[in-house]
Amino acid sequence: MAVNLIHLPRILERHGEALLADWIREQLQSRSRTGAIKEGELREQCAEFLRLFREATTKGGVDMTRPEYGPLRELLANVSASRGAQGFSPSETAKFVFSFKRPLFMRLREELMRDPVALADETWAATELLDELGLYTTEVYQKAREAVIVRQQEEMLELSTPVVKLWDGILALPMIGTLDSNRTQVVMETLLEKIVETGSEVAIIDITGVPTVDTLVAQHLMKTVAAARLMGAECIISGIRPAIAQTIVHLAIDLGTVVTKANLADAFKAALDKLGVAQLPGR
Amino acid sequence: MPVVKEETVAIGSDADVVLVRQRVRRRAQELRFSLVDQTKLVTAASELARNALEHGRGGEMLLQVLEEPPRSGLRLVFVDRGPGISNVELAMKDGYTTGGGLGLGLGGAKRLVNEFAVESAPGAGTRVTVTKWH
Ligand SMILES: Nc1ncnc2c1ncn2[C@@H]1O[C@H](COP(=O)(O)OP(=O)(O)OP(=O)(O)O)[C@@H](O)[C@H]1O
Ligand SMILES: [Mg+2]
Repeated sequence: MAVNLIHLPRILERHGEALLADWIREQLQSRSRTGAIKEGELREQCAEFLRLFREATTKGGVDMTRPEYGPLRELLANVSASRGAQGFSPSETAKFVFSFKRPLFMRLREELMRDPVALADETWAATELLDELGLYTTEVYQKAREAVIVRQQEEMLELSTPVVKLWDGILALPMIGTLDSNRTQVVMETLLEKIVETGSEVAIIDITGVPTVDTLVAQHLMKTVAAARLMGAECIISGIRPAIAQTIVHLAIDLGTVVTKANLADAFKAALDKLGVAQLPGR
Repeated sequence: MPVVKEETVAIGSDADVVLVRQRVRRRAQELRFSLVDQTKLVTAASELARNALEHGRGGEMLLQVLEEPPRSGLRLVFVDRGPGISNVELAMKDGYTTGGGLGLGLGGAKRLVNEFAVESAPGAGTRVTVTKWH
């Protein structure tokens, strides 16, 4: 197997323009969402890829982890990020690289017709390299998406002013998303402010929407409960799902005297009881 | 033991702790862990990732999918190059904390998984390995 590409950089150099044209045609033909990317933008990205690919293979062999591949990796990261933002799927994004294979291999065949061993070596090395580069775009894509999810969760917490007044004297705070960001502290502070503002006696913190309760989350909750108590309000924690209840037990977290209820409705009833509000005899 | 898949997640910020939880949850779902086991493993991962971040100045998690028919498992290795833990036995005690936490993270994580090991030396960082079998 070829460790170095001997002919490829030369072919890229000599047939750069033709390769570019073939490659772009290839992509325009196979593209499912025509018009999603402007042809000018596509041409620019392809031309830049070709330039950096030639540089990288000339100086850095076929090992895409080498520093010579840095600019190329960066370009692919950008392409991947912008396509991700435009709604392309990871495989559609990877096709940007994979679609280069056909035009490239055609040229290789033409150029190395008389040297089958070199043709096989070179094609093999090039296909491996392009596979790796293509996979790299999907990796970047996933990272970008995860970052987006985290950011959205944070924004959601930021945008919502989730404290609601359920009844005179009863507040509810439905918590959603991860509870260990700084944002959570702000939300908790908002609850405390609202308690003062409304003179509420009971605050229900509903954690149905919280995926994980670990020691930090528990600590946040307990601090809030303690602070609320200092201001004369009792907290009820509702929405502890069975799996989370088990986890809390294993962590040996002591929720102490905090009242907990399975769901918001039960918590609300308990709160009404506490305020001495007569309720219709129900279930 | 055959490792069939492997990935690493860097731990350098709160957002990374969220990422760690998401990755672990996804893998546990892929392996069809029960909801309770998913929750237990994700919570243990959350504790150990945050320890690596807060006490170990950041590090990384190595996640390995293990196949050992008829069972499969997830192994998580948390590595940091922080100050290390001089007395592991003490650190494991419920309620012991040097950081104003509840001091339940290490002991709790141990109770939430099937296998648990801490390797640490002062100045040499900390490596916590946990495995959950399905
Ligand atoms: N990766 C680490 N590097 C250095 N010290 C650590 C590490 N992990 C844990 N420790 C030490 O062990 C102690 C106990 O850890 P543990 O996770 O049980 O509690 P905590 O992190 O202090 O609080 P919490 O209950 O919120 O987790 C810590 O306070 C810290 O001193
Ligand atoms: Mg901890």
